[in-house]
Amino acid sequence: MNNLKLNIFLLALALLAPAVLYPVFLAKVLCFALFACAFNLLLGFVGLLSFGHAAFLGTGGYITGYLMINSGLTPEIAILLGTLAGAALGAIFGKLAVKREGIYFAMVTLALAQLVFFIYLQAPFTNGEDGMQGVPRGHAFGALDLSDNLVMYYFVLAIFVFGYWLINRTVHSPFGQILKAIRDNEDRATSLGYDVNRYKWIAFVISAALAALAGSTKTLVFQLASLTDVHWHMSGEVILMTLVGGVGTIFGPVLGAGFIVTMQNYLSGGELGNYIHIIMGVVFVVCVLSFRSGIVGQLIKFKRNNFS
Amino acid sequence: MKNLNKTIVSSMVAGIMAASLSTAAVAESDGKVKLGILADMGGVYADICGRGCVTAAEMAIEDFGGKALGQPIELVTADSQLKPDIASSIARQWVEADGVDAIGGLVSSAVSGAVSKVNLNAKKLTMISGSASNTFTTKSCNPFNVHWTYNVVALANGTVKPMVQAGKKKWFFITADYSFGHALEGVASKVINENGGEVVGSIRAPLGTTDFSSYVLQAQASGADVVALANAGNDTVNALKTATEFGLTEMMDVAGLLVFTQNAQAMDPSVAGGMRLTTGFYWDMDDKARDWSQRFQERHGSIPSMIHAGVYSATTHYLKSVEASGTEEAEVVIKKMKATKPEDFFSRNAELRADGRMVHDMLSVEIKKAGERKDKNDIYKVIKVIPGNEAFSPMLPQCNFS
Repeated sequence: MNNLKLNIFLLALALLAPAVLYPVFLAKVLCFALFACAFNLLLGFVGLLSFGHAAFLGTGGYITGYLMINSGLTPEIAILLGTLAGAALGAIFGKLAVKREGIYFAMVTLALAQLVFFIYLQAPFTNGEDGMQGVPRGHAFGALDLSDNLVMYYFVLAIFVFGYWLINRTVHSPFGQILKAIRDNEDRATSLGYDVNRYKWIAFVISAALAALAGSTKTLVFQLASLTDVHWHMSGEVILMTLVGGVGTIFGPVLGAGFIVTMQNYLSGGELGNYIHIIMGVVFVVCVLSFRSGIVGQLIKFKRNNFS
Repeated sequence: MKNLNKTIVSSMVAGIMAASLSTAAVAESDGKVKLGILADMGGVYADICGRGCVTAAEMAIEDFGGKALGQPIELVTADSQLKPDIASSIARQWVEADGVDAIGGLVSSAVSGAVSKVNLNAKKLTMISGSASNTFTTKSCNPFNVHWTYNVVALANGTVKPMVQAGKKKWFFITADYSFGHALEGVASKVINENGGEVVGSIRAPLGTTDFSSYVLQAQASGADVVALANAGNDTVNALKTATEFGLTEMMDVAGLLVFTQNAQAMDPSVAGGMRLTTGFYWDMDDKARDWSQRFQERHGSIPSMIHAGVYSATTHYLKSVEASGTEEAEVVIKKMKATKPEDFFSRNAELRADGRMVHDMLSVEIKKAGERKDKNDIYKVIKVIPGNEAFSPMLPQCNFS
């Protein structure tokens, strides 16, 4: 099927969407979609389950927020620096974590993320439980006034498209082929002469950087960076988004993020607000038990069985 | 096939355009009054401002006749989950897309701070009833903040000052680790130092801590005369429970700086009996209060906390001011609110100052011992009335928005 046509159609949909839906909500969906895509790059294409991705999301958010409040930098520079900070943290995490595999890899990332969480909880510049409030959105490139929600949305969309394109490009490059080879059979990749740990590490850093990019952008959208973004719940949520959408598919995490964020949004306002975690848990269980390849994975299967 | 695709796409585009025109029609002033209540439906503060805050607002709207400016008053509610990020995104959607004119309830100072920032941008009212920090009318004051019910200054002046003056000089704090706790500890420490006492130490516990044993042990080792609990809700109840189990209550005084009726009810009278505290409202304080509280209890199932009463009072005053000024535009309404004195079963000798602080008489009360109680709702003995100007601190010049 011609993916290009589909992508153009989706982009057109994204460009028109703010006419119908609230732009800040859409921007939130895009931020989490980028976060989930970044996570999926590791889980879906290298087979590494990181349980500490919230640390990168939060780091990007806090660094960008801090710079926006305390320096006269324009938003795109602040986002760039937030992303670099996330990448640097990812480089350290990655170096330590790729030495181990499977459950130990997940535990190392979780432990490191908890360390980072505690630092943000105690460091004075984050304001602890209050979060970093009132982050100014500023003017992108010194000209675009981001305080207008619509402008903000298109700015976020541009960032998302860039991130999505980068992931797509990475996956379909020779480098991506090697990653998939590692995922499918690590020993064979080693025997072919590839330095497996190095490839894993690079993928980890890219994933961390993109997660931080999502966090930085999210801080600008909500004008707030809070502990929720670094808490391990967030690391769990991103796994849920990826699994529901379809792990190992390019578009799955986007759909998964959209699904989960929409669900949270509608449930928190209604009578079911108290049961939000129960409902999400049920969704997770149903997803894992009955359609393990996620929404997009299932659609692809359906198409393959019936239309070709 | 191609044609079909084209038709689908073009009809979708047309539909989207049509929808965008209709949403654009929601203008700044729509002539409709819409209130948002943000509360904690399932967390540690759910008893003091959860469903009860919604009930109080519903009662205020019904008692007002259900209509303002000739149109039905709308009420929307949501669970802040005590998280500033969730609260701020809900508030943003309310004021920017859903046409909400004022947000009330607002328990937890972290949540109120986040909402107040959103509302300042959107020029909508923030009617804080549940939060205690004094920052909303001092450091982060803004023309759209209205702070009802109580604040940390009133608590410190009402509870801490008399104790220090009575000779309890050495204090130790167990503080909730967010803006409210920090503010309360800061203000109370100032009062202690000014009256010749000293703070021998303090420790911070995260919001929603269930195991207070390590904090209580540190308090025990501090050699203080008084251990002050600068937290609220279930945190206070849990801390006091642990303090009793470790025998702390026999060695030193434990002072709950912010105790709500629901929490006082949950505490063991043999431990909490005799504890002095400050409150903005007590259901049994006089006939007018009893009348309203009875009605509230019938609907909600338990007696009102001061926050519930505050939500009712603030909502009523807001609706009256909207009706009197003939518009729901925040800049006009807030002027009217500040120009008229609130008067109801809750507000005694009250005024809404130009900085947004609602000053009214506070009560100094004592928790009754088991033997003194007639029934489970008979909790406090009113010791004295603290006049508003003694309880609250004077207005700062930079926060004068008259």
